[in-house]
Order: sequence, then structure tokens, then C-alpha cells
Amino acid sequence: MLKASGIKITIASGKGGTGKTFVATNLFQSLSMERIPVTLVDCDAETPNAKLFFKSKKESTREVTQKVPVIDESHCTYCGKCHEYCNYHAIFFLPQSQMIKVIEELCHGCGACLVACKYGAILEKDSELGTITRYSLTNHNTLIESRMHTGVYSPVQVIKKGIKEATDQIITILDAPPGTSCPFIHTVLKADYVVLVTEPTPFGLSNLKQTVDTLRLMEKSFGVIINRAGLGNDEVYNYIKQENIKLLLEIPFQREIASTYSRGTLLTEIEPEWKKKFLSLFDTIIKENGNINHQR
Amino acid sequence: MEISIISGKGGTGKSSISAAFATLSSDVVLADCDVDASNQHILFKPKHEEEQEFTGGQKALTDPESCTNCGICVPYCRFDAISFSDNGVIISETLCDGCQLCKRVCPHQAIKMVDYNKSRMYTGSFRNGRMVYGQLAPGEENSGKLVNLVRDKAKKQAKLHNIDTIIIDGPPGIGCPVISSITGTDHVLIVTEPCLSGLIDLARAAEVSQSFGIKTSVLINKFDLDQNLTTDIEEWCYKNQLEIVGFIPFDTMIVEAMVNCKSIIEWSPDSAVSIAIRDACKNILYEKR
Repeated sequence: MLKASGIKITIASGKGGTGKTFVATNLFQSLSMERIPVTLVDCDAETPNAKLFFKSKKESTREVTQKVPVIDESHCTYCGKCHEYCNYHAIFFLPQSQMIKVIEELCHGCGACLVACKYGAILEKDSELGTITRYSLTNHNTLIESRMHTGVYSPVQVIKKGIKEATDQIITILDAPPGTSCPFIHTVLKADYVVLVTEPTPFGLSNLKQTVDTLRLMEKSFGVIINRAGLGNDEVYNYIKQENIKLLLEIPFQREIASTYSRGTLLTEIEPEWKKKFLSLFDTIIKENGNINHQR
Repeated sequence: MEISIISGKGGTGKSSISAAFATLSSDVVLADCDVDASNQHILFKPKHEEEQEFTGGQKALTDPESCTNCGICVPYCRFDAISFSDNGVIISETLCDGCQLCKRVCPHQAIKMVDYNKSRMYTGSFRNGRMVYGQLAPGEENSGKLVNLVRDKAKKQAKLHNIDTIIIDGPPGIGCPVISSITGTDHVLIVTEPCLSGLIDLARAAEVSQSFGIKTSVLINKFDLDQNLTTDIEEWCYKNQLEIVGFIPFDTMIVEAMVNCKSIIEWSPDSAVSIAIRDACKNILYEKR
């Protein structure tokens, strides 16, 4: 096997439900079955699901917190400077009635209000955003789950902490959230290689193009997996050919594959053929890594 | 009536169902609020009548001429966005959260804030009425602000054109953009599918929707892919007092319809899928009364 230690591979897609978690969990499983040390980080913090596919033991859970201001009204002069400094409209202030209140749901924890206050009237407390849980699996490999609490404004901080939790020296697979906005960018930022999972439909193609454009801006190496091949049309194939993008793997549309997955069973665990395919996918990624496709 | 269609898990068929709902009557406003990956315009090719710029926030930018590389701003940044270089400090556009603190603490006025305005909102007509959709620029924070704009515009369009029904195609997940897509609507429809993750994400989405006290119901898509799991979902819904308004059978015809830029209702109006969707819609409207 080629040099692979410490590589970070992000599995992503613009459109939801194309099979990111399917690819991430099966790639992880195939490497694990070969006794290769690998960590899987579930970065889909809004709806984390990777854990469903493994028998695991919870090792530790910790809270991800963010600082939010607490106003000590015994020191507050109601000058309104903190309200002025806050770019997120998280400090509600009525000067006439000397009313000041922190709206915690809007706070991004930047600390600007703390700098603004000259009277020591702003203190900070921790507000809980989500959890990072480490699970150890039977083969000693680790699954790290980022899970955002409901009602939190953004999963980004929880995702960042989850990624940091993985050991640098070990192969790491990051299961990304859908889309191309902030949460996706943060999952891709630290990746050496990005695997884009798509399906051969107009929706799949449209979201693939959007993701490809973003990854090119970020100068990342990436390749494409076409899931549910056989459904839809040829346009995704034409697009990746024309754009000179590496087709890493095709997963055919088969009812059995879908129903195996829906029951929470890993295809690679029950089908040695698929384990082989995912191992060769890994080899292809290692070979392709660093091969930045600038053609446009 | 405003109906918002969400799913928690991606890929359960939310957009296909929304498209089907939008083609059940001849007069609707379709609001694509999945601004991170909007897709309805691919099917319906709306005639654009208006394009609006959306400024999602600001990013800090250093002026290399004035920056002395003093580094005062660096420890103030809680987003780890500022690093040193030979030409003064560099602020990462990706990591910058736009809080403006660095600009405020810089003694040399070397940092300015620039609007991040690459996102767009489009309004126009399509074959069954009016359509509004947003397209968020890559890397933008999906705070729900663009979703709110799309919804406001959809409401105005409904009023202007005297249309009763607004169909909202919501985003996946359970975060801010989802909350923005459902608050104040008359009905939230959660589309799920019989798989373990579908059920778990349904529960998370329902928790959010019910916390706002909105009438919430469930549609099980591809229900015949796994009868046991469908039964589990039914049981869960019963326990949590969520009505199931329909069961849609699995059929690759939905993909065929999509490839031909049609909703399943348009492509095959008499198929079992279309019949089940019509029934589901009737159930929702009946409930309203």
C-alpha cells in the first residue's frame, strides 16, 4: 500500500441523500477489516447517523461550548457601547428605560462586547452547542461523532471540534454535511482529498457542479463516486469527462444495496466483493491525492 | 395556506414531493428554501422577472499598505481567522465570521469590512404559478436570513397574484435555515423513508417543528422498500401523536420524471405514486378544516 498515514479524506456531496454516509462507513469498515488504523469523524452534526452502522462502546463525551456574555447590571452604566459593538444584534438595548439583555441564540461568541465594555460589567459564561462523543469499535478503531443540540444557530463550532479530536497520524475519514455553505467548507478545509458522491440525475448534477466549483476555488484534489448508477441519465458522466474529473467508483442502483443500508448493515461486511472495491477505492485516492485538477 | 416540506435526512424525496405538490393545482407559489442546494428551478425553468442581491454578512480585509504586522488583532480573533505573513497579517475569508472586532482594535485603521454579496434571490413565473428561490454563495453562513427573504417574497407574490397556496421546499437538517423555513407556516410535512437514519432524523426534525407548535405530519416515501422499518416509523408516529398523511410506493418513475424535467404528477398522473401524493395532499387540506 502506498504512503497513506495521516491522510484526511472528506466524503461530501452538494445534494443530501446521495450516499455520503454509505461511502464513509463502508470505506471505514473495509480499512478496519484489514486492520488498518483509521478514524471516522461524523461531521454531519445536525443529523449524525454514522454510529448506527457499528457496534461500539462509548468512551467519552464532552460538551462543545461557546462563550456568551453575562451583563452584571450592578456595574453597567447603560452606555450602549456593547450593543454598538455587537455585529449580530445579540444585545438588546433600550437606553430610555435602562433595559439591556443578551439574546443568547444570536450570539456568535466573538467577544467584541467584552472589549467594548470599559466598566467591567460584562462577564462570560459557557453556553452548550453540542457534544463530541468518542466510540471505540471492536477492532479498536475510533468513531468520533459531532452532534449539535437542537436550536443552535450553526453546527460549525461542533464540526471544528470533532475534526480536531482526530489524531493527525492516523488515516481519517470525514463524513461531511450536505451543501456548500459554511459547515461543508469547514469539513473540507483540513482535507487532503475530497470524495464527492453524486447520483446521475439532474438534481445530482446541478449540486455536483456547485461543489466542484467550490473545491476548485479551494484548490483541493477531488474525485467523484456515482451512486445509484443505472438510474437517471448520462449527463453526470458527460460532465465529469468534459471537466477531466476522476471517476473513482460506480455503485449500481440495486434494491438489495438500498435495503441492506436501510437496515443499518454495512455492505462491505457481508459482501467480500464490495470490501475489495472499497479497498481499491482507497488505493485510487492515495494515488490521486495531490493531483489538483485546475482545468476549467 | 403555507405548507413547508422538510425531512431531517437528505435524499428522502423532499424536493420531488414538493414539485409534485406544486403541480397539483394550477395556481401556487413555490418557494425553494433549500438555498444551499436549490433544485426546483431545474425542473420548472421559471421565467426570471427579478434578480436580487443578498448580502449575507461582512468579511474583514486587511490593507497591506497600512498594516504594520503588529499583530494586535491576532489574539482578539476567536475564529482563528488571522495569521501573520511577510506582507502584514492575513485574514482568511473562509474562517472570518464578520464580527468586526479586529477592525475595532486595529490601531492603524488597516482593516476594513467588505460586504459578502454573492448570494442571489430570483422571482418569476412557472407553469403552475409563481416561483421564488434563493441561491446561497459557496462558503456563506446559512443563517436562515436568505430563507426569510425568500419566504417574504413568496408571501408578497401570493398576495399580489391572489394565490392561496404556498409550497415551501425546505432544506435538510434541523438548524437555522430549517427553523426559518417552518416558523409561522400552517403545516409542516416531514418526508421520511424506511431506513434507520430516516427514522432518527424524522424524530429530530419533528422535535424542532413541534417545539414551535406547528401542525406537523409525516409522509413515508418509498414505504415498500422495507416493510418492517415502515412499521417502526408508524409506531413511532403513533406514540408521538404525529399523523401519517400518506405512504408513497417506491418507483424509479420518479427519477424518470426528474430526468425529463417534470414532476411525477405531470409525468405520470395515474401512477400509484401520483395517486398516493394526491391523497396525502387531500389529507393535509382536510386536516386544516
